[in-house]
Amino acid sequence: MPALCRDCLTEFDQGTRCPACRRPRVVQHDELWDLSIAHMDCDAFYASVEKRDNPELADKPVIIGGGRRGVVSTACYIARIRGVRSAMPMFQALKLCPDAVIVKPRMQAYVDASRAIRAMMEELTPSIEPLSLDEAFLDLTGTARLHGAPPAVMLARLVKRMKDELGLTGSIGLSHNKFLAKIASDLDKPHGFSVIGVAETEAFLRPKPVRLIWGVGAAGQAQLERAGIRTFDDLLRWDRQDLAARFGSMGDRLWHLARGQDHRRVTRNAPMKSISNETTFHDDTSDPDILDGHLWRMCEKVADRAKAKGLAGRVVVLKLKRADFTLITRRTSLPDATQMADRLYRTTRALFEQLADPGPYRLLGAALADLVPEEQADRAPDLLDPQAEARAGAERATDAIRARFGEDAILKGRALR
Amino acid sequence: MKISIERGALLRAVSQAQSVVERRNTIPILANVLIEAEGDTVTFRATDLDIEVLDKAPAQVERAGGTTVSAVTLHEIVRKLPDGALVTLAEDSAAGRLNVTAGRSSFNLATLPKEDFPVMASSEYACNFSAKSDVLRRLFDKSKFAISTEETRYYLNGVYMHVADADGGKALRCVATDGHRLARIDAELPSGAEDMPGVIVPRKTVGEMRKLLDDDDMEIAVSVSETKVRFATPDITLTSKVIDGTFPDYTRVIPQGNTRKLEVDASEFAKAVDRVATVSSERSRAVKLNLDEDRLVLSVNAPDSGAAEEELAVAYGDDALEIGFNAKYLLEIASQVDRENAVFMFNSSGDPTLMREGNDTSAVYVVMPMRV
Repeated sequence: MPALCRDCLTEFDQGTRCPACRRPRVVQHDELWDLSIAHMDCDAFYASVEKRDNPELADKPVIIGGGRRGVVSTACYIARIRGVRSAMPMFQALKLCPDAVIVKPRMQAYVDASRAIRAMMEELTPSIEPLSLDEAFLDLTGTARLHGAPPAVMLARLVKRMKDELGLTGSIGLSHNKFLAKIASDLDKPHGFSVIGVAETEAFLRPKPVRLIWGVGAAGQAQLERAGIRTFDDLLRWDRQDLAARFGSMGDRLWHLARGQDHRRVTRNAPMKSISNETTFHDDTSDPDILDGHLWRMCEKVADRAKAKGLAGRVVVLKLKRADFTLITRRTSLPDATQMADRLYRTTRALFEQLADPGPYRLLGAALADLVPEEQADRAPDLLDPQAEARAGAERATDAIRARFGEDAILKGRALR
Repeated sequence: MKISIERGALLRAVSQAQSVVERRNTIPILANVLIEAEGDTVTFRATDLDIEVLDKAPAQVERAGGTTVSAVTLHEIVRKLPDGALVTLAEDSAAGRLNVTAGRSSFNLATLPKEDFPVMASSEYACNFSAKSDVLRRLFDKSKFAISTEETRYYLNGVYMHVADADGGKALRCVATDGHRLARIDAELPSGAEDMPGVIVPRKTVGEMRKLLDDDDMEIAVSVSETKVRFATPDITLTSKVIDGTFPDYTRVIPQGNTRKLEVDASEFAKAVDRVATVSSERSRAVKLNLDEDRLVLSVNAPDSGAAEEELAVAYGDDALEIGFNAKYLLEIASQVDRENAVFMFNSSGDPTLMREGNDTSAVYVVMPMRV
């Protein structure tokens, strides 16, 4: 059986220790030299960057997140042992782990680290599909001749370089499609290397719960459970037609996934579906002025990102979380797509007023969805709002000033609320 | 209650009722139609709490009384019965059922008590007048396409019916707009309507009311208050709440000074617009109009999918003009024109354009250009 030492990259034939360096970090699999679709996932990425940059944190539980009120964005492995999880409210995390060091996210540092990793990945293959700053799919099909080594070796070299040069560890999942590669990368975290071959795909999936499927959350799980589907084994008992009849377009996908089939390609620029921004307040509030200020800032950020990407949205979404954590989302379609903060703000503001819910709220967010290229946006002026054109002009001028003199060079009064 | 009624009369009454009933209901009784028999008439009443329809039909009443059953189920049954059948509706109050029999078919439907059926509070109408069905039909048919579906501007989700100053004096006017196009339709003011309060008639009401107007020359009794509007034929009474909001001042957006006049055969124009728009891949299909000395070139240029161009002979004598529109909006306003040529009045490529039929100012349309 082909085997590879993940430390010294020696290729050999079978064994649990490397014949060259005698270390036990070995990956072996019958199809090791044949598989070429990989998922790379950094281990506790934000926390690892913080620990790297501040060695004092190395042996302490570290939580990355926004202040006392926010949620956990990343927890290091020490904090995870105590039960802290991503997306957990901060107060709950602190209950579980009172001695945790809370670090405010330094996005720029993470973006820099992510870019460095991306550059290393670019040397392996042009087929990279980033899912976020810290994970990506890689398709190394057909690169063996170019690199003079099979994909598995190149991937092991990638994580080794990440560790040696950037001080960051990642886990690799190697398989024959995206669905399985993503599952594999999670099997042996942190600093893992897992392989799911074609031969064992079905046997591997059979006993696994269906929540393994990306996109099947709590609601999807409940829906499947009502149909008596808990595991992949349950799923395999269903006819293709029956699944499609019961679950619509998802049904056909489930049928394929049950057999470990996933024909999605690794695409460099998976089209973006929405642009959103949200903020959790320091204190719950029902003060309309404060909420208005937050709303404007969120809309401005969303609009900034839309403009930066040359996109516009046809659907506007307002998201609010009440103090009791119940979530409210309201959406509306625009007749003419927009990327302007002013239109986004006015639309979300109208949605907010229609809610007629006094709050208090702990979170507010805004989003643009159903995205189209900016050439198709803001083209149809509103008969009933003749001032809109003037406001759009002012917004473009503001953007130009900020591009030249900095983000804070010019602000709306309501941004200060 | 026990009645016998001819299938045709029953179908007409029930179909009006079932179309008012909301398909998705959280309050079970709102899915039902209230049937009440008294003397020699039976009435059918259905509501969605905003609209109430009351339909009378002659029937042989053996036993007076009333009950409620699912409007959709009853409608489906009656629809499938053979034409000319005599239908008997008999309430079995002990079992809580309504027996529907016709010939050899018999059905047994669950009922809900009639006492639970919400009846719309009757109200005082400040204004009552009578209008011919074809007059109302024109007012609403020509304006309803412009009704907005934007929930954030709910006050645009209907037709604004009010009394206005038109060229020839006071007029009964209907206006609808979604901010991108606007329709303003006038009719002679019926006597008694002088003091009518302006009301926004909701989209659904417009659709339901339209079914009352199919016969020409029928007199429709219209009653209007600040909060409700009622349309009645001798058999059917439709009562609706109006949209609680202020319709924007539309007079400001109707261009007065547009001087560049284009005259074109409306149906040729619509067909050409439809043809060139085929190649557009965007959802808001933009069509460009190039105007020059008696010549109109319609074009679409979609970098991803292709290009199209068509030339039309028109009457145009002003400076050359290039202006873009959403193809759908052009098609909709062009289809309102049925007798004469469509006359477009342009100003510049960024200003609202006005369209009317010949020189008739009793129906004008405004459409906002789009950047192409």
